[in-house]
Amino acid sequence: MRHLDETVVGFARTLRAAGVGAHLDQVHAFFRALDEVDVLKESDVYWAGRLTLCADPDDLPRYDRCFAAYFSGETPRLVRRPAPPVVIFQQVPLPSRREREQGDDEPADVRLATASEIEVLRQRDVARLNAAERAEINRLIAMLDASTEERRSRRFAPASSGRLDPRRTVRAVLRGGGEVYRLHHRTHRRRPRRVVLLVDVSGSMSPYADALLRFAHAAVRSGGRTTEVFSVGTRLTRLTRELRHRDPDTAITAVSAAIPDWSGGTRLGAELKEFLDRFGRPGMARGAIVVIASDGWERGDAGLLAEQMAHLHRLAHRVVWANPHKARPGYQPLTAGMAAALPYIDDFVAGHSLAALDELAAMIGTGTGRRG
Amino acid sequence: MTQSTVSRTPASPAALAELLDQHEYLPDDGLATACFLALRMRRPLFLEGEAGVGKTSLATTLARVLGAPLIRLQCYEGLDAAQALYDWDFPRQLLHLRAAEAAGVTDVDKIESELYDRRFLVARPLLRAIETTPSVLLVDEVDRADDEFEAFLLEVLSDFTISIPELGTIHAEEPPVVVVTSNRTREVHDALKRRCLYHWLEHPSFEREVAIIRRRLPDATEGLAKRVAHAAQRLRAPDFLDGDLLKPPGVAETLDWTEALVALGARDLDPDTAAVTLGAVLKYREDTERVLKRGLGSLLDGA
Repeated sequence: MRHLDETVVGFARTLRAAGVGAHLDQVHAFFRALDEVDVLKESDVYWAGRLTLCADPDDLPRYDRCFAAYFSGETPRLVRRPAPPVVIFQQVPLPSRREREQGDDEPADVRLATASEIEVLRQRDVARLNAAERAEINRLIAMLDASTEERRSRRFAPASSGRLDPRRTVRAVLRGGGEVYRLHHRTHRRRPRRVVLLVDVSGSMSPYADALLRFAHAAVRSGGRTTEVFSVGTRLTRLTRELRHRDPDTAITAVSAAIPDWSGGTRLGAELKEFLDRFGRPGMARGAIVVIASDGWERGDAGLLAEQMAHLHRLAHRVVWANPHKARPGYQPLTAGMAAALPYIDDFVAGHSLAALDELAAMIGTGTGRRG
Repeated sequence: MTQSTVSRTPASPAALAELLDQHEYLPDDGLATACFLALRMRRPLFLEGEAGVGKTSLATTLARVLGAPLIRLQCYEGLDAAQALYDWDFPRQLLHLRAAEAAGVTDVDKIESELYDRRFLVARPLLRAIETTPSVLLVDEVDRADDEFEAFLLEVLSDFTISIPELGTIHAEEPPVVVVTSNRTREVHDALKRRCLYHWLEHPSFEREVAIIRRRLPDATEGLAKRVAHAAQRLRAPDFLDGDLLKPPGVAETLDWTEALVALGARDLDPDTAAVTLGAVLKYREDTERVLKRGLGSLLDGA
């Protein structure tokens, strides 16, 4: 029989390889738990491990598999962690222009969209804007100013009315020799909610990506230091820093240099998963208003997108989806990605025109909270 | 002294299950082990699961088993330290100040130190749990509080010490037994869950549910309990009406339903009695409509 320490550490390694947290402090707890139970009883060991090493319902099936494999007497085989996604450049014939146009119309019977999967690594020229667009952007900036929805912070600030502030009042009373000449009040401080924008820059979205990124710039400029912007396509790119430039044109130029996958394909589910794993779950998406600007053309697995959207919905305060195609007459959310995401969206808007973006801004600003 | 909760803990998970059973809570192996380890290791127990699987009632039963008071902190958005930890009793402080003034006390330092005496401190659930030995602290629906509150809770739960600037540090003589529940409307930080024993509560199996009904409602006949439990299991099945039910019933609803049927004098569950009592088990109009549309016969079949 293997030594207990070795067995436990090996088991924890197996779990980590399978994607269960099994952090060091949890392994310590497992050791302590084993002291308390009958280590020769399989069910006791099973529960001691499950209670201490898992921290999420998603961990449970993985734990069960590892436990069965590891303690069945076989030599433990390390389950390889899934390799990081590698982008493979592949020459695939582009769908003809006609096909793409047909695709854009979203025929009612076609459920699986055929967005191109080729990652087109090329720079998108955004310098050529006409005057109308420029005016539109300026107006957007003006509209978004000081309009981020606020949430109540746990901390207090002095106020002219509200709950009594006992500490300050008593202090004042003492200073005045015991005379109550003024009651001090306090109220909860208000803090702006974080806004996170995920802008789809894939091929099918290219007519709108410009306007949406300019919208994102306006949001970053007016939303304070908590607003975050990412581009999604075949890669997740964080654009917040680039968008901090005061001048919209400079910002967009910087953005176009930063995005490696302009007008490529879409892997929304995988991108969303990456966003949640790297940024969202550690804190960025918690209590935030998350805006996804995409047409929902998912080339990958729509099931993954649904799963990730459910996850996002649980983390975020509100999930807003802006789909430019929504404005078309007779539009039905039939693309596999859109249909999968729909149950987890709080607000479904268009975002195809200035008026629609105005609506989106208002939604971010004054929208009522789902969990008021 | 610090051994008191531990020494009262039964020798094995099975013995604890027996005790919970005596107090009308029927745990499965996993839950019994979870409670056992929580008591032995003095680690908070983090319970997650759908609404109505018995998270809160476990805490109340555990308190009864240990003969300790249950101290409950119900979480909500905007919950702050003054509501969770402590607050100063402002009117009494001022009253004291006035009394001291009337008595002609002029020593300001003395008055000030008196003002921040323990007797002017209003203990909220967390402080109360730390001061009460033994006690069971239930932090209910932690997913409803803001995420900043989790960090704060984590701090309190890791050393069971609260420092009050005006008064000093209050340390728990013996850490309370802590049960934290979450309905998973929002994801709770990993750090908090790692600090706890994590248990995912499932709906009970058919046999266990029948046993729970029989135990809690002795007036219900065995046949009725079986029919109700069968219908409840059908309603919860993921493929029932394509999983479209907004709120599948929890154990609490099953018990309500049985109680309603017993009150009506029903000895069996048939479509007619089911139709008039459906409100006890389905809490959304849409759900009731869907089930009725499909026909109550199909729900009650095969029991």
